[in-house]
Amino acid sequence: MMSLFDIQNLGVQRGGQTVLSVPALSVKEGEVLAVIGPNGAGKSTLLLTLAGLLPHSRGQISFRGQPLASLDDLAYRRRIGLVMQEPLLLDDSVFNNIAAGLRFRHVPRPEITRRVEHWLARLGVAHLHRRPARKLSGGEAQRVSLARAFVLEPELLLLDEPFSALDTPTRTHLLEDLQALLKETGLTAAFITHDLDEALLLGERVAVLIGGTLRQVGTPEQVFSSPTDGEVAAFVGVETILPGQVVKAEEGQVVVQAGGLRLEAVSTLAVGRNVLFCLRPEDVTIYPPEIPFADGQKPHPPASSARNRLQGRVQSLTPQGPLVRVVVNCGFPLMALITRTSARELQLAEGLPVSASFKASAAHLIPR
Amino acid sequence: MIPEILEVTSLSLQVSLLATVISLLVGLPLGTLLALGRFPGQRIALSLVNTGMALPPVVVGLLVSMLLWRSGPLGDLRLIYTPTAIVIAQTIIAAPVVTGLTAAALQQLDPRLRLQLMGLGASRHQMIWTLWKEARLPLLAALMAGFGSVISEVGASMMVGGNIRYQTRVLTTAIVLETGKGNFGPAVALSILLLALAFLVNAALTWIQQHGQQTKTHQ
Repeated sequence: MMSLFDIQNLGVQRGGQTVLSVPALSVKEGEVLAVIGPNGAGKSTLLLTLAGLLPHSRGQISFRGQPLASLDDLAYRRRIGLVMQEPLLLDDSVFNNIAAGLRFRHVPRPEITRRVEHWLARLGVAHLHRRPARKLSGGEAQRVSLARAFVLEPELLLLDEPFSALDTPTRTHLLEDLQALLKETGLTAAFITHDLDEALLLGERVAVLIGGTLRQVGTPEQVFSSPTDGEVAAFVGVETILPGQVVKAEEGQVVVQAGGLRLEAVSTLAVGRNVLFCLRPEDVTIYPPEIPFADGQKPHPPASSARNRLQGRVQSLTPQGPLVRVVVNCGFPLMALITRTSARELQLAEGLPVSASFKASAAHLIPR
Repeated sequence: MIPEILEVTSLSLQVSLLATVISLLVGLPLGTLLALGRFPGQRIALSLVNTGMALPPVVVGLLVSMLLWRSGPLGDLRLIYTPTAIVIAQTIIAAPVVTGLTAAALQQLDPRLRLQLMGLGASRHQMIWTLWKEARLPLLAALMAGFGSVISEVGASMMVGGNIRYQTRVLTTAIVLETGKGNFGPAVALSILLLALAFLVNAALTWIQQHGQQTKTHQ
């Protein structure tokens, strides 16, 4: 399928400094791309550049095969829709806010009414249509902001962290609605967020921006399970990142010397390669310590296919909502995320000896 | 007496309203350019306009007199001691007020609103029109301040108009004249008239302002 937009070697400068560098990125018609990265990573700059609102100093952006520079600026802007972090609604009624973009396009009045009413209803804000937009709650305002973009039936919808200022229940509802709307309309969209859950929910592909540079693009599975470098790994929630070296390689399985231990991983890397050994905390299982019985026999750990079994002591316990973040000192700090129930059953406490395990397939190696 | 007072009042109103309208035609685009444009010397221009807001009317009177004086550069136009001369002087007084307050009104808006409007497909003109609508309350206040600065000034009107009976006498110059003669009764009456006039015009503008505030809650 043809790319809706295609970026080649893009560079954006501000005050003489390069603030955004994207070697290559393309989005297919109907695809939803989630752009993730920490604050200040250049995500909004990318979005505003795509919206034709920021000039780029090098490279090329093509829209349906045509370079952006060759398109009429206003005509191009009228083919896209933009939803920003703040709803930035006009000091006018909800109806007039949603109608604004259509009026800019000189759409006939009956059609404006029909389309605005459709999207008012579709976003569940029909009852608010006469309300002054400035008197809406945060969630309602962002619904109006979404309706204002969808009503334009754009070829490309650009969303810049639209839900980041909302409380969790409101955000969850809006995310579900947006997901349904994107599916229903088949719109091509670029959705910016620093929230990994949002990216996983909405993005068919995920692009990671860190420090103004596009570091990785791929399916959510690829990005979350196989980050291309340490910073991407840390951003996507890999919490145990150890420098190491492959010391044994056999039939797609390797042994890595890292953190003073020999750890197994699934990889085709050759012996001698320096790597970063990456592990997500939710892939680590914790169980009572394997203390030898009096007769010298080892106890049987819980039945599991985990190839890596480590002994250590609980270094710290931090409750996180329904979960508990456990740091186990195994010679290096191993991060684990377990449920509160598990933590209670295991009677975990700081200083307690425990065993930890994880599958070889859960580990991800990044060549250095 | 009464017809003369009516004439003086009418001339005051005509001259000051005309000066205010011309100031708006000059000040609205200029203030918008100063607030939204990006050009070298923008800050200096803005501080010049802000200084102009405090321009003493007598200095403006002197400047316009020198320009329009029979032997002056624009003397051939024979405008000195005419209502037109008063309009010119009052426009020079009100224009910086309207310009400066227009710039301030637009600078108060969220700068991201411009990006959002462009992102909604607004042309440059549509964007500016929308920003004016967003800033309509402070913009009307700018207009009121402009009118207030000229309806009440006396120095410039006296100097370039000459306070000629039946020709260029306005309320403020008439008050100065009557007070000078010790005729406090007529001076007080004219002052009340001037206050009433200023009140009526501002009340009308305030009504428009507040009416806009209420109706915008409806579609």
